[in-house]
Formats: sequence, C-alpha cells, structure tokens
Amino acid sequence: MSLLEVKDLKVRVEEREILHGLTLTVNPGEVHVIMGPNGSGKSTLSHVIAGKPGYEVTDGQILFRGEDLLEMEPDERAAKGVFLAFQYPVEIPGVTTWNFLHTALNAQRKARGQSQLTSPEFLKKVREVAKSLNIPQDMLKRGVNVGFSGGEKKRNEILQMALFEPAVCILDEMDSGLDIDALRIAADGVNALRSPERAIVVITHYQRLLNYIIPDFVHVMSKGRVVKSGGKDLALELEASGYAQFEVAA
Amino acid sequence: MNLVLAKNETGRALSDSFAIARDRLPGAGKVAEARSAAFEAYERAGLPHRRIEDWKYTDLRALMREVLPLAPAPDAAALKRAAAAVKLQAIKGSRRLVLVDGVFVPKLSDVVGLEKGLTIRTLRDVLETGDAALQAELFTPDNANPMVALNSAMTTDGVVIEIADGLVLKQPLQIIHVASGPAPAAMFTRSLLRLGRDAGVTLVESYIAADGAKIYQAHDSLIIAIGDNSRLDHVRFVEDSREAFNISSAVVALGAHAHFNTFSMTSGAAVSRYQATITFAGEHSRVETNGVNLLNGRQHADTTLFMDHAVPRCASREVFRAVADDRAHSVFQGRIVVRPDAQKTAAKMMTRALLLSDDAEADNKPELEIFADDLTCGHGATTGALDESLLFYLRARGLSEKEAQALLIQAFVGEAIESIVNDDLRELAIAATQRWLEARS
Repeated sequence: MSLLEVKDLKVRVEEREILHGLTLTVNPGEVHVIMGPNGSGKSTLSHVIAGKPGYEVTDGQILFRGEDLLEMEPDERAAKGVFLAFQYPVEIPGVTTWNFLHTALNAQRKARGQSQLTSPEFLKKVREVAKSLNIPQDMLKRGVNVGFSGGEKKRNEILQMALFEPAVCILDEMDSGLDIDALRIAADGVNALRSPERAIVVITHYQRLLNYIIPDFVHVMSKGRVVKSGGKDLALELEASGYAQFEVAA
Repeated sequence: MNLVLAKNETGRALSDSFAIARDRLPGAGKVAEARSAAFEAYERAGLPHRRIEDWKYTDLRALMREVLPLAPAPDAAALKRAAAAVKLQAIKGSRRLVLVDGVFVPKLSDVVGLEKGLTIRTLRDVLETGDAALQAELFTPDNANPMVALNSAMTTDGVVIEIADGLVLKQPLQIIHVASGPAPAAMFTRSLLRLGRDAGVTLVESYIAADGAKIYQAHDSLIIAIGDNSRLDHVRFVEDSREAFNISSAVVALGAHAHFNTFSMTSGAAVSRYQATITFAGEHSRVETNGVNLLNGRQHADTTLFMDHAVPRCASREVFRAVADDRAHSVFQGRIVVRPDAQKTAAKMMTRALLLSDDAEADNKPELEIFADDLTCGHGATTGALDESLLFYLRARGLSEKEAQALLIQAFVGEAIESIVNDDLRELAIAATQRWLEARS
C-alpha cells in the first residue's frame, strides 16, 4: 500500500478552481520534489493535505495508508504522521517553543494511545534532537518563532519534524527567504531525516534546492495538475529550458 | 417613568434596611454622622444607570435592580461551610484574614504572633474605639460615587492593617471574603492598609463563595496609603458564585519613591465592577496595574481605573486583557489625568480583548486628560478573535481545536499575569486560567 495517494484531486478556493485533477503517489523511503511556477497550485496541494480550512475539495481523494485523509481534522492527520513544514511559520508570542513542542508532542502521543512525556523526559528528548540539528538551546525558551530569522524559523520546522517523527513530511517552499548558508543547514536537516520508512515531499520553485537534496522523483506542476514526472534529471532539464514548455502542454 | 418608579422602590426598600441595620453598624458620633451623610448621598443618586457616563456600560439599575438586605452575622453552620471554602483558597504561607458574610472571623484568621510593627484590627473595633483621625480616614472615599457612598453607609466590618516604617513583611497577607449561605443577602466591607516609610508587603484579596452560596452581593472597598519609598504588591481574585454581584472600590495614594504593583483577575460573579482610583502624591513613584477578565455565559465584568498623576516624575502602566466567550460582556474604562504640574510623567495603557463568540462583547473606553506638556503618554486598544492562521499552525502540529485555543488564550493573558512579582501568586493566576480553560472544554 502506498503511503500517500492523491487521486484526481479537484480543489476550489471560493469560486475559483485551483487544482484540476491532480494525481500523485508517494511510497515510504521516497523523496519527491514538486516544482512549478508561482500560481501552479503547489502550496494549495500542501494545505489541502494538511487540512487547512478554506479549501473545498470538489472531486478526487487523498488516502494516507489507505485511509481517507480528507475526513480527518488537521490534528488527527498530524497524529497519524502527516507533517507540513510551513512556507511562513507563524509567530506565537507568549507561547514558549518549549511549551508548544511539549504540548504538541503529547497531544499526538495521546491521540496514538501512547504515554505522555513528563517534563524531564521531554527535555531530554528535545535536547538530543536540537543538538543533532545544531539548534541552540536558547531558541527553545523563546516565544514560538518570535524574533526568529528566516533561517531560524525553518530550522524550527525541521526540529519539529525530527521530534514528531512523521511518516510523510511535506516541505512547502522550504527555500524561500533563506540565504545559501541557511539553505544548506536546512537541507542537511532534511537529509538527516531520510529513512526507509519515511517519505519526503519538497515543494519549491527553485532548482537550487536540488543541489542539496537529491530527489528520487521530480514532478512538474502547472495550472493545477502534474504535467510531467521523472527522475532527478528532470530538474536539470527545467533549469535549462524553464517552465514555459510545460505550460503549453497543460 | 419606569426608571423613576424603580428608583423609588429601591430607595424605600433600602431606607428600611438601613434603618433596621443601623443598630448593627459599628460607630457612634462622627462615624454615625458620616454614615448618614453617605446614605443620603446614595439615596439622592440611587443605583447608577447607563445615563451616568461612568456607568454607561454597567447599568446597575438594569443588572442588579436592588440592593439586598444586610446579611445576618454567620452562625456556626455558616462558619463551618466558610471554613471549608477558605481551606481550598488559602494561599500557602500567607497570613489569612477572613471575613464571612461581611464579618471578621478571628477563628478562621491568623492574627497571632504578629511581627513587630504590624498591627491588624477589625474595622468594627476601629470604628467603635479607634482614634478620630483613623476613623476619619476610613470615610475619605468620595460620596459622589453612589456605590462608594452606599458602602460608606452600610459597611459592617473589615480589616485595618498598619505597617510601621521600615518593616518589610515577607509573608503575604490574604484577605478572604466568603459568602456563606443560600439566603440572598448583601455584605458590606471596608478595609484599610497603611504602609509607613521604607515598608513593603504583598496583599492578596480573594472573593469566594462557600458551598451553597449563590445569590449574594459583595460590596467592598479598600483604602490604601503607601508611604515614601515603600512598596505594595497587590493581587485580587474575584471567584464569586456565578449568580453573585461584586462591587468593589479601591482608593490608593502613593508617597514619593513608592511602588505599587497590582493585578486583578475576574473569573467569577454574574456582575462585577472594580473601580480603582490611584493618586500619585509624591514624586518618582510608579504603578503597574494589570488585569485579566475571563468570562463566559452571561457574565458581566467592569474594570474602571482612574490614574491621577498629580505630581511630576511618576510612571504608570496599565495592561488589561479580556477574554469573553458566549454572551459575556467585558468592560474596561481607563482614565488617566496628568495635572498641570505633573511634568515628566510617563503613562501608558494597553488594553486588548479577545472575543471567543459572536455574541460576546468588549467595551474599551480610554480617556486621557493631559494638562502638562513635557511627558510621554500613550494608549492602545484592540478587540478581535483568535487568529485563524495561528490556530491552524497549532492544529497541524497535533493540538485539538480546544487545546489550540487554550494555548493561545494562555498566551493572550500571559502578558498581564507575567507582571505579578511573587512566584506563588503568579502560579495561582496561571492555575486559575487553566481551570477556566478546562471548564470550557
């Protein structure tokens, strides 16, 4: 059984259809990259998978390990192992990163019928994870993403990925707002999370990310559909000739 | 027409109850005269209503309609119920001062082994046998405010605390107001805290209901004088029964180089009003006033603050957070006056309201009256719902809708709670917030 199956998905926002029948299959251990110009529907796809309100699915389905993902609340999806790294992680003043991570991890564990982690247990775990990703401890004491640089926000997303150990990670425009050093650090974090059980879907419209994350599959999206899929060489082809050729095809 | 009738009926009923109660009210001579003058002032005005600007959001004629008869002195059964309630609310390590149905109860209080320089007497005692100056001080609050006048007329008991020069008390003092029983009644209390020079203390006020106490009115007032170079940390928790009324007034005066840090949290009572007047009487003093309302159902809570910068070089900061769910109504009125001489004043007021339902309401009324020209003064007020993008972020990380809301509400009130200096008291405020959040989920 595939980990994530998107079948002929049609999605509207208000009166406008954004996705016009999108199909995508992701298996454990695979790294997929979805590329495409602005407005092709990449972020919409990631939002619909995570369960963001405001999108109307008019046709098609999304299955996660064979279960209907669209029937689940966003928190149920998270507990099942779906993780969306946000393009623009929000700032939450007054909630420390530490408290947020502890509450979220325990909420997921509770939903899965696992025991709650006490503060010392959680502290030990989060310290290990932060250390492995070179994330300074003091970041945990600050308000969630408050005053964080673009790079720190993305690192905080990757820290959460590492902590929650999801089955599928969707990274929405993970390279936006990052300089080359921050991008390398973020990509290293993602690479460290590659495993035979976990799938990673990276959404980007720049080829440069692929210098750091080597995908198994590359998909090109245009006008709400996947118009071409291939191996990592497809990205090089795109780099050379741009998206224009696919827009015609769509 | 109806209003006039209502006023007359209310007035008459209360006249009778004042006449009946008179014998039970402590103090003769000047004290009795002050009571009569206060009662006449109240009778002329009646319960405040919405056409009086200061009460426009809290129309007591509509909300309260009448003043209930004076509560009888608590009997043994009442004291037993009160004792059980006090046990739950008493702050560990504090010196408890317990008023049950408006009467000081030594048996439930902790008044033995007072530190040298600390005097605690009951209001009744002071009004009956105290010196004239102290008695006069107890009647300084202005009868222009009808609810203050009513309190002056009817007050039966309270605590009078004096802290001598140089005494800094480590142990917090906790005044606990308990309503004991099922019979609808009104309690009228008045307390005074006088801090000498170079002194310090933490004062906690708790308003609670014993098991079975539902419909009652707590009318309270507090007079505070903070001497030069002294510091008062003050925290109040209004956790009255959901059918109760709590009308409380505070009159605070600060000397020079004094510091007043105050926090008020209202989660109980059907209708509450906290009106505080804070006057800077000496230079280089500062005040932080913080408040949180946590309301649901049809609760109505009004905080009305008057910050009077009468002298130069003082600083005040007001931070107020209101959370209103269901059909609750939160009111914040903040008036800051900077008088002509009060140069180099720094005054700031920030109020924010969070509405959790379409039917909830929050009114913010800032008023700045500035007569000096060399100062920094500012205010801001916002009202809104929970941010959908923050909620989704939290839900995408596994928090349920209620959990996500709870975390954001805690953060919202956090800024006001953070201002509480005493760690234990801050923890209490956080715990009270959590209890409120758990009760709504």
